[in-house]
Amino acid sequence: MIKVTIDDIEIEVEEGTTIMNAARMIGGDVVPPAMCYYSSLPGTGGKCRTCLVEIAAGSTKDPRPMPKLMVSCSTTVQDGMIVKNRTSEKVIENRGAVVEFLLINHPLDCPVCDQAGECDLQDLGFSHGKEGSRYEEEKRTFEPIDIGENIKLHMNRCILCYRCVHVANQLTDQRVHGALHRGDHTEISTYIEKAVDNDFSGNMIDVCPVGALTDRSARFKSRVWFLKPMNASCECTKCSGKAVVWMFGKQMYRVTTRQDQYGEVEVKDGKPEWICNECRFDKKDLEQWTIEGPRHISRNSVISQGHYEVSKTNLLK
Amino acid sequence: MGRKLLLEHINVPGIETYDVYRNHGGYKSVEKALKTMSPQEVVEEVQKSALKGRGGAGFPTGMKWSFLAKPEGVPRYLVCNADESEPGTFKDRFLMEKLPHLMVEGMITSSYALGANTSYIYIRGEYMFVLEILEKAIAEAYAKGWLGKNILGSGYDLDLYVAPGGGAYICGEETALLESLEGKRGNPRMKPPFPAIKGLYGCPTVVNNVESLCTVVPIINIGADEYLKIGTEKSSGTKLISACGNLARPGVYEIELGISVEEFIYGDEWCRGIANGKKIKALIPGGSSVPILPAHLITKTATGEDRFMSYESLSDGGFASGSMLGSGGFIVFDEDQCIVRNTWNFARFYAHESCGQCSPCREGTSWMEKVLHRLETGKGNMRDIDLLAEINKKIEGNTICPLGDAAAWPVAAAIRHFREEFEWHVTHPEEAVKRNYGLLKTPSITL
Repeated sequence: MIKVTIDDIEIEVEEGTTIMNAARMIGGDVVPPAMCYYSSLPGTGGKCRTCLVEIAAGSTKDPRPMPKLMVSCSTTVQDGMIVKNRTSEKVIENRGAVVEFLLINHPLDCPVCDQAGECDLQDLGFSHGKEGSRYEEEKRTFEPIDIGENIKLHMNRCILCYRCVHVANQLTDQRVHGALHRGDHTEISTYIEKAVDNDFSGNMIDVCPVGALTDRSARFKSRVWFLKPMNASCECTKCSGKAVVWMFGKQMYRVTTRQDQYGEVEVKDGKPEWICNECRFDKKDLEQWTIEGPRHISRNSVISQGHYEVSKTNLLK
Repeated sequence: MGRKLLLEHINVPGIETYDVYRNHGGYKSVEKALKTMSPQEVVEEVQKSALKGRGGAGFPTGMKWSFLAKPEGVPRYLVCNADESEPGTFKDRFLMEKLPHLMVEGMITSSYALGANTSYIYIRGEYMFVLEILEKAIAEAYAKGWLGKNILGSGYDLDLYVAPGGGAYICGEETALLESLEGKRGNPRMKPPFPAIKGLYGCPTVVNNVESLCTVVPIINIGADEYLKIGTEKSSGTKLISACGNLARPGVYEIELGISVEEFIYGDEWCRGIANGKKIKALIPGGSSVPILPAHLITKTATGEDRFMSYESLSDGGFASGSMLGSGGFIVFDEDQCIVRNTWNFARFYAHESCGQCSPCREGTSWMEKVLHRLETGKGNMRDIDLLAEINKKIEGNTICPLGDAAAWPVAAAIRHFREEFEWHVTHPEEAVKRNYGLLKTPSITL
């Protein structure tokens, strides 16, 4: 076990832990935001640069500070390392700049975007963004492409986190999509507009931090904060069958994986509970599911507003 | 006349063929290394020579070699980085085109030192004709027993391959190069782990520039002690400089490190001054990514001392009043050249070549390009100049690979030293447009 200090809070972690995961063990404000890192998908991280932290002391052996800001999702902790996240002005400033970079070409079409309310970029813009934009140029746009009947790709909203590429690599039999072109013209696409259709491809929607990949079966049906999330399970031969169903009255609007406070799929006994496309897109009948009870959405989001537990506590007051 | 180590026999007719090259002392370093030295001794010799990597960053080659992990039962690789794409740099092409056997010899000696049994030359996609020259040289070397099994009866085997890239600047970054060599998209990898621990196909790998590997040949031939006598204390040896721009005699020159910048630009042996009797306005000493120097800082440093062609003298004063030797892409501007236009041109290059993996570089480079295009075409305002300075500060150091820094430095330096010219473009938009010599129609790439 080694000791690391993050924002003046000391914690003991196992060797080889990343700064991000050490911060998540502490929890709360200390945790740097992550747009591309996804703990259940090995190989993700390092790309969005929102999780940059300052390292005030490298280790007990070599206490020199690191000259550059480091990405917390892929930098492993050393014994005696001192990390500054929200206590560092440099971090706040540069993270703000990264958010500005992510937003300059983002269409900011939240009012018509299905992801609004559970969007990591919205949260990040709220916490680190500026009021106005200094970007006077025309925004970059892409030609829309069709990637099949289940998933809608809206490339203009994409921040190129590559999470969906890792999902396709690690969960499906064969990856048919990836990044094409380079620079700011880089585009998530299939090779010559092939449909992305695979048993687990729907999970691309859940890992997408923005509204670039959305569920066609639930598209434009309802804002997420009007829906009641319920833990539900079903007998499924392909996946764990553990999901969250989003209800409006008795009508089921959409099915997603169960996600933790960082928007990542829940892990039970070392296995991430991904769900298959059949559960996600085809089982929209209450009879097909066993409702376990209300789902607690632990992330700080508008979704929590209409929540049972919140209303209960409000009543008690 | 300065001493020549690499280009000694460059003017010998037919030096690109095996027989002529061999008759002029070719492949001696391989004989010497394989017959009289252990691999470790070769590494130590290179370390002792204090050879700095000639690709741009100037990291000591011997030290890089000493970091190579040597686990049992795992192959090691040597990869030559011949993806020379930096604007203003063309020395590697010259070396490989004119002296292909020197390249092959350098690869054999270095591979032996590192214990690599398979080595690759990753060559820029635009250099297909050079690839053919190299493949011919490699075939000759195989035929004469310098490559293949049991070279010179020493029991050492080596296979050498040339692999062409697809034409991306980013694939000159060592980890992106390895990705590309493995057949993947050329995105730089996260470091650590460094290639010396986990490189090509997950095995320990050394990636070196063409000129660095070629320089290993004279180092082994004459010995590190003799090599150290050439150049200055901190910059040993000779360096190829690819001089271009408004020079009377541009070209590739081999200089002893430590000659003065003034001599190099105006000396009869070298560039013979500025073309058409014009005055010098600015200099980029090490390829497009290093900071530009204004006229008063070219031959003298900020403290008034003479400036020399060496790693330490060119970077004297840091980025505030100095630059870098970089890859040796020596670009000279005369008084008629527009710095704003040139800066935009570079920004355009970097925006086009950014791999698109990490956000600051992907979005920032094209943003800078758009702002500079506006300034250059007379549509900018004063705010834009500060905005540019702000953007490049936020790209620098926040990216996965050094391309972000390389894109930010030239813009930062241009604003630092030539701010009045940027302001003139804002206050005199019509004249600024006229100065474009009819090139205005070149659109912003991102439009």
